[in-house]
Amino acid sequence: MANGFLNTFLFVGLPYMALAIAIAVGILRFRSRPFSYSSLSSQFLENEQLFWGSNLFHWGLGWVLGGHLVGLLIPRTVLWWNANPLRLFVLESTALIGALLALFGVSALMVRRFYNKRVVAVTTPMDRILLTLLLIQILTGIDTALRYRWGSSWYASAAVPYLRSLLLFAPRPEFIVSLPWGPKLHMVSGFLVILAIPFTRLVHFLVVPIWYLWRKPQVVIWNRRTGARS
Amino acid sequence: MDIRSQISMVFHLDKCIGCHTCSIACKNVWTDRKGAEYMWWNNVETKPGTGFPTKWEDQEAYRGGWEVADGKLRLKSSGKGNYLKRIFYQPNMPTLEEYYEPWTYDYENLFNAPEGDDQPTARPVSKITGEYMEVESGPNWDDDLGGSPLYARNDPNLKALTEEQQLQLLSIEQLVMFYLPRICNHCLNPSCVASCPSGALYKRGEDGIVLVNQEVCRGWRFCVSACPYKKVFYNWNTGKSEKCILCYPRVETGQAPACFHSCVGRIRYMGVILYDADKIADAGLRPDSELVEAHREMILDPHDPAVIEAAHRAGISDAVVKSAQQSPVYKFVKEWGLALAPHPEYRTFPMLFYVPALAPVTATQTDGLLANDVENLFGAIDDARTPMAYLASLFSAGQEGPVRYAMKKQMAVRLWRRALTVGDIEVDVARRALREANCSPEEAEEIYKMTSLPTFEDRFVIPPSHREQAIEVLKNPLENKGLAGIGFREAPERGL
Repeated sequence: MANGFLNTFLFVGLPYMALAIAIAVGILRFRSRPFSYSSLSSQFLENEQLFWGSNLFHWGLGWVLGGHLVGLLIPRTVLWWNANPLRLFVLESTALIGALLALFGVSALMVRRFYNKRVVAVTTPMDRILLTLLLIQILTGIDTALRYRWGSSWYASAAVPYLRSLLLFAPRPEFIVSLPWGPKLHMVSGFLVILAIPFTRLVHFLVVPIWYLWRKPQVVIWNRRTGARS
Repeated sequence: MDIRSQISMVFHLDKCIGCHTCSIACKNVWTDRKGAEYMWWNNVETKPGTGFPTKWEDQEAYRGGWEVADGKLRLKSSGKGNYLKRIFYQPNMPTLEEYYEPWTYDYENLFNAPEGDDQPTARPVSKITGEYMEVESGPNWDDDLGGSPLYARNDPNLKALTEEQQLQLLSIEQLVMFYLPRICNHCLNPSCVASCPSGALYKRGEDGIVLVNQEVCRGWRFCVSACPYKKVFYNWNTGKSEKCILCYPRVETGQAPACFHSCVGRIRYMGVILYDADKIADAGLRPDSELVEAHREMILDPHDPAVIEAAHRAGISDAVVKSAQQSPVYKFVKEWGLALAPHPEYRTFPMLFYVPALAPVTATQTDGLLANDVENLFGAIDDARTPMAYLASLFSAGQEGPVRYAMKKQMAVRLWRRALTVGDIEVDVARRALREANCSPEEAEEIYKMTSLPTFEDRFVIPPSHREQAIEVLKNPLENKGLAGIGFREAPERGL
């Protein structure tokens, strides 16, 4: 019974709470304090460790996160792909490489943020919490990848139906309650990362400037005439 | 024709004494804040020298400005295709090392040190980490050619010189220098604006001032890399970029910017010019040899009835046109051809122009006085200690013609005034000098007056900016009645 309550809290209550708070506070923060939306780059203060840390973290995580999204969209294709052991091996190992890059990146970023004196000067408590959360998230993911060779099939057959049920507002945690604690911890820390978005510098990924691709080079703002002109 | 008005500037380098009053005025007004201590929106460099940040002119390293590739103008730093690649890490961005680590001194130790055998000292303390530090560089570290073997020798402009000229420039009794005060150029084709993926940087339509919207900036740092003049600075505390705002709150109320107002040598001129924005795209594609001309061609004659008519249609007020007609910048750049933009080859079309310094040029004469050799009036210009190629590298994309024209004219005006006031030069000789420099005696008088005797109102012809009308567009003044100001006010604290 107590276990059932915990499962409901972690896999139904927490995700909805995290998502609701992330959206509401994110919008509130964007509207009331747009000045606080920034990547808060510290490259100016420390350049060399950041090259490895930031590049590997962002590219590695982008690779893995992209894989998760693809799985969420086309789970049947993932299962079909994994039906062949060689293909399963290819998928698992490429995902693992991405995760290891991200792990190396986040470790470099943490060393830099905790020990480089200039970077420490611009570190807030939320930066420490966020980096720790991301480290846990990457470690639990790698743990699943290493210990369960069919992790991606689990994701497609158990986690995806569960995540879809959440998105459709008909939560069915029973899909995943029987999974081992490793993947479950991975999900819980994932929800915590979502919860952390509006309270940390993570907001910067919400404002990734893709509009730049369609923009004219020059921005001119007039008082009388409206709109941008090239 | 897309006619626009632009607040523009001329710095007369012959009059700059390198006192840094402009830098201090700016520092005290704008950048005396946490995260901005290292910024010098206005700085004065000694040339030859490496400048601030170190070797900012070396675009092979910093990749600032524009380049022509496949018949198109594109940012040297990154195109649209690959900008996301650089968003996590800017490969060509200067870091604190290229500027300097800001510091203060541990003054308390002078009072609180325990009694001992040695005098207590005030050790430098980093403004960033708060810890003791060794000062390795600072603002104007190479001022007045200080540390010349290290700094002057590494001036990127020296690449334009022959080995022999370089040696001559730096040999001990031939040393020569002049000052180069720099602020944001508020360019017509700003690469910082074009590089900002968030669209935080923008050019004001009415006066062309380039600003960073602090609420939109996300700290991606593209602008810092893209500005070839390195006049966009990253505030390490707030995580936002900042730059010279041309003291727009002062300009809007008819006052000259703080650096202009405080200039002891009165080297600075400000005025509005009218230009044709439709010409920017084509001008940017012209070869290096035509850039000075292309830049000047964009600037329109404010006395031309057709231009005035077009200005009216474009919504430029009569008062702005009138002040464009009195603009000292128009005279220096367009009428007299005396002022040149820095590094036109970056293709941003700076709207800050420099009158190249004549003084160190004539100083090569060993006889002491100016050369008044009747046969070779302008010999001193080409025999100069500062090689023409050096000035050309700085002001005209390597073309000596425009620099020589400006130098000859300045020299001719000097000869003319010397003939009139001292009398040791025949007036006829001076007239010939003027003729050879493409300058009439009337023009010479005008140049003389604008250079030597200008009043405050002659130097700063600031158009009314009608911000009172602008505010009505943004906010209803009646609704905001009783409030203390309009705009966003938030403590510049670091975000989460």
